[in-house]
Amino acid sequence: MNKENNKDPKEPQEDFFETSLSGEEDAMNKDSAQRQKWYKRLRKGITTSTSDKKEMPEGLWTKCPECNYICTTTELKENLFVCPKCNYHHRIGSLEYFDILFDNKTYTELFDNIRSKDFLSFTDLKPYDKRLEEIENKTGLTDSLRVGTGKVNDIEMVIACMDFAFIGGSLGSVMGEKFSRAIDYCIAHHLPYIVISKSGGARMMESAFSLMQLAKTSGKLSQLSDAKLPFISVLTDPTFGGITASFGMLGDLNIAEPGALIGFAGPRVIKETIKKDLPEGFQRSEFLLEHGFLDFIVDRKNLKDKLAQIARFFKN
Amino acid sequence: MPTYPNRQFLDFEKPIKELYEQIDQAKKLAEKNQKIDYSQTISQLEDAILEKRKEITEHLTPWQRVQLSRHPDRPYTTKYILKMSDNFLELHGDRNVKDDKAMIGGFAELDGQTVMFIGQQKGINTKMRQQRNFGMANPEGYRKALRLMKLAEKFDKPIVTLIDTPGAFPGAEAEERGQGEAIARNIYEMIRLKVPVICVIIGEGASGGALGIGVGDKILMMENTWYTVISPENCSSILWRSWEMKEVAAEQLKLTSKDMKSFGLVDEIVPEPEGGAHWDYDESSRLLKEYILKAIHEMNNYTPQERINMRIEKFGKMGFWDELID
Repeated sequence: MNKENNKDPKEPQEDFFETSLSGEEDAMNKDSAQRQKWYKRLRKGITTSTSDKKEMPEGLWTKCPECNYICTTTELKENLFVCPKCNYHHRIGSLEYFDILFDNKTYTELFDNIRSKDFLSFTDLKPYDKRLEEIENKTGLTDSLRVGTGKVNDIEMVIACMDFAFIGGSLGSVMGEKFSRAIDYCIAHHLPYIVISKSGGARMMESAFSLMQLAKTSGKLSQLSDAKLPFISVLTDPTFGGITASFGMLGDLNIAEPGALIGFAGPRVIKETIKKDLPEGFQRSEFLLEHGFLDFIVDRKNLKDKLAQIARFFKN
Repeated sequence: MPTYPNRQFLDFEKPIKELYEQIDQAKKLAEKNQKIDYSQTISQLEDAILEKRKEITEHLTPWQRVQLSRHPDRPYTTKYILKMSDNFLELHGDRNVKDDKAMIGGFAELDGQTVMFIGQQKGINTKMRQQRNFGMANPEGYRKALRLMKLAEKFDKPIVTLIDTPGAFPGAEAEERGQGEAIARNIYEMIRLKVPVICVIIGEGASGGALGIGVGDKILMMENTWYTVISPENCSSILWRSWEMKEVAAEQLKLTSKDMKSFGLVDEIVPEPEGGAHWDYDESSRLLKEYILKAIHEMNNYTPQERINMRIEKFGKMGFWDELID
């Protein structure tokens, strides 16, 4: 599979599932999950290549899931993976964010030698260690959080960014540890800390250890706070469960990309609980802003300037 | 505490129920035929019940342990507070939205010392269960808890939290009022509290809903409780895409007190009476009190700053990973 295809957020993924603290996957990809179910009922051989794929052999074209606008992937990339027509923000990974944010796409990656481990020998439909191996091979990622340091409009900062492609961006021991070390690095070098979240929540295969990362990261944040260094939480589509119930909501500033689904419990669970349909726009960035949980919403094309501006505010 | 025949029995407790029924029969026979002395038979049966209680808890599967933590006769937060302490004064409200009845709190005297108790409260009957929202707090519940913790901190009183929740409430209004933010705030603030904080899982310890009042100097778990990131049912539904795998999920999650202690994620296991806390409220409260007092006394030996540093360090060490050498 080529790189461009990987970035297609709506492409059904075999391993696709989401985790969340309150125990549910969220519904933002419900359609594709359902579609996937249908695919699975078909005989082998038919499932492996979809008609969609045949039409876009090189991943040359991308269709906006929101407005169905079709443009070339190059065009989309130049537009920072935001639909030129309807401003839909496609889901992108840490590498794309780092390219967008760091000056001259130059940064130093930190703590990339920390890897997940199947300490509990957890087995669901497949063993956790095998799942890790497969996902590493498939995505080329080493875990769900990448930490980098470099200049953003000439201001040195540390940015940690999640990759949804790695087990739903789930929060496990490795994310907790990298997050913590990034804070130590910020304190040692006196740098602001930016975290770009995109995650289904805690990583169930690490059971209680993943839950404890909420306390671990919050404890470290209090040290960052004592050092009077800013922590900016950037929430992107989707951010749920353990992230929202810890550092995601603890930013000195909480900001979000437009239209991102952000919440504690996933929409499906809530729907099952209240036995009613959810209102339009429920749990979207605009909803959170309206209810007072975000400082502002920022378009991806303005993210870099805004982060630099915020850092200057705190510095000067 | 309900006594037989008002007691409720889980499937694996049925052998005990049968013994009770035998006692009933023996008593009836004794009434009918007063010439024969049945007292020996009855006392033998009573011994057998005690034996059975012991035997059952020795061989529980993780899932059965989960069931025991939800036993309908199991004592809840208020019961423990009233049994352990004197003059409990319940305090209400988060000063913002409303009073969340799934989360209770207030001052009480524990061996003469003022302590702030906070905990989720489940209801004892259908009506009460609804009123208490099955122990699932809304954001205002977590904010009430935080308000009370800050109050205790101001007056330098230790805090004891009793955790018993199937999770934070996943409702639409809970989202509107920031369930995630409320829990996050509590976790963040609890790690910085100046006074000793002792947290005890007394029933269900599900996820962020539990951790939202679960960050402290000492984390205790009662013997027949569970504590992890997700309930076995939800875990089964997500990872196995079926509700049927809850037993397996419970095993895989390693959520029992014994597992949690062995991982170093909790500090102590509080023993329960044979067969579980629901067999003897007095005894389970006595044991719980003993462990809480011990933990408070231990934490009193440190300065506030030492306690905060130890807390950050304690949670900072949690996790497992490999580190590749360049």
